[in-house]
Amino acid sequence: MTWWKRSILFQSASIDKWLQWLLRAGAVMAALIMVLIMLFLLLESWPALQHIALIRFFTDETWHPLEDHYNLLPMVTGTLYASCGALFLAIPLGIASALFMAFYASPRMAILYRRLIELLAGIPSVVFGFWGLTTLVPMINQWQPPGASLLAAILILTLMILPTLALTSHAALTAVPGEYLRSAAALGLSRWGMIYGVVLPAARKGIVAGILLAAGRAIGETMAVLMVAGNVVQHADSLFAPIRTLTANIALEMAYAMSDHRAVLFVSGLLLLLLVMVLTSLAGWLGKEHHV
Amino acid sequence: MKPKSDMTDYLNDREVLNPAQPTCDKSNAYTLGPLQTGPYCCIPEPVIQVKDLSLFYGAKRALDKVTLAIYRGCITALIGPSGCGKTSFLSAINRLTDLIPDCRVEGAVQFEGNDIYDATCNVQQLRKQIGMVFQKPTPFPLSIQRNIALPLREHGITQRADIQVITEQVLRDVGLWDEVCDRLDAPALSLSGGQQQRLCIARALALDPQILLMDEPCSALDPIASSVVEDLINRLNGRYTIVIVTHNLAQARRIANYAAFFWVKERERIGHLVEFGHCRDIFETPTHPLTAAYVSGTRG
Repeated sequence: MTWWKRSILFQSASIDKWLQWLLRAGAVMAALIMVLIMLFLLLESWPALQHIALIRFFTDETWHPLEDHYNLLPMVTGTLYASCGALFLAIPLGIASALFMAFYASPRMAILYRRLIELLAGIPSVVFGFWGLTTLVPMINQWQPPGASLLAAILILTLMILPTLALTSHAALTAVPGEYLRSAAALGLSRWGMIYGVVLPAARKGIVAGILLAAGRAIGETMAVLMVAGNVVQHADSLFAPIRTLTANIALEMAYAMSDHRAVLFVSGLLLLLLVMVLTSLAGWLGKEHHV
Repeated sequence: MKPKSDMTDYLNDREVLNPAQPTCDKSNAYTLGPLQTGPYCCIPEPVIQVKDLSLFYGAKRALDKVTLAIYRGCITALIGPSGCGKTSFLSAINRLTDLIPDCRVEGAVQFEGNDIYDATCNVQQLRKQIGMVFQKPTPFPLSIQRNIALPLREHGITQRADIQVITEQVLRDVGLWDEVCDRLDAPALSLSGGQQQRLCIARALALDPQILLMDEPCSALDPIASSVVEDLINRLNGRYTIVIVTHNLAQARRIANYAAFFWVKERERIGHLVEFGHCRDIFETPTHPLTAAYVSGTRG
């Protein structure tokens, strides 16, 4: 072994060890926080899980926690409807804006547009809710009363997750190697042929990750939805029916909930966590490379 | 979608083109032994005429007034030191320069008598006829099959059966069929470097181009893969017109019919054409002292 190899080895061995411990500590901390939150949720919801059969959260007649009726299902569907509706609108819009930024806009226009989208991402959710309450809800009210509705929630959520989708998709699109673009052009592919055939498949993983992030935000969003959704606990039978989401439910009732009621709210927190977990695994599965 | 009869004609044409043309028998030209130069090429009929081509990146002139002709069915090698504009010249022939912001081209490039920089030129059609292979193998992150089907679909060949026929044909042409025929659905990126490069050549050939531009197709490959690709280029000789950029003088000497020697002026860093002629003449009886110095290895 030559002298320089040894000296590098010795030096880096001690630095390496430090770094290893530092990184390990960081990783353990992050994992621990997650585990502790889970434990906390479980602990707080334990009384409810003990007294109330799990099936009752889905089969009780209504949500009247003070009268011992704990049906969470309308809130679950409310959350799902609102999030899925928002994703349905925001995914095409977000990907379209990302494609525009990356391939169609002039460089100056693209920068301007990107700044705008970043600004949209930075607007606090309560401001969205505010705008929804004072503008969107009255508009829907004129068309289909009462106004505060599933539709309002979907539209507000769409606005909120659109920048997330656009920015993550744009990052994924610009990460596609330039060689692919040159090769595609050299094969005489049109711009759209290149985007559809090469760029989107290559950027697929990044885009799916962005959709996951957006879905997480849509499911977890509380304030803005609470302000526009009407918060009636019911299965929405139309887009114009008011709904209550799981998160809004927690925010609305936590202040006065006691004993079992309080514990059930924690159960709904667990349920939210479960939803997000299902979503994550779904995204992982979708993000795997499929070659057709 | 093309009418059926057209399609069959198209496929038949490919069949006819397939056997090596007797006028250009190069079966013994490739060897790892003593260097041989390719024979004088068959018909010196220009398919591309480049006149006074200058190329600018922004205000900087990268290539100065190049005039040369690319002859049909022959291999033309572009040689010269790095930065002398060989690759720029190559991408000016299929207008890939369009992709580079601030890149400007002066002069004329005539393909079959039509100026490709004319506003009426259909660039997609042009690039279909002038294929290109890059230094780094660039298969798309799709399956092997989709890599070839994608450009075919784009150019109007959408019948599954036609695509299959062409896929098999071009994969056979590049000697990849036996290696991948049982896993056409495998990701192209799972192939080795040499296989990837041959797939890229196959992908270009699938469009049945007249001309193949190759930008150092072997220099990112190991020696064995490189010799396989070189062998392949030799086999394509006569069927396609090939313009190849190479830093490997021995390779240029082995495979090329014509050679163009580019040089870069020291001060201004402007590339220009020094000498163009039969490969044998360039290597054995160069007229310009720079060429003589470069091919004998004393400069470069």
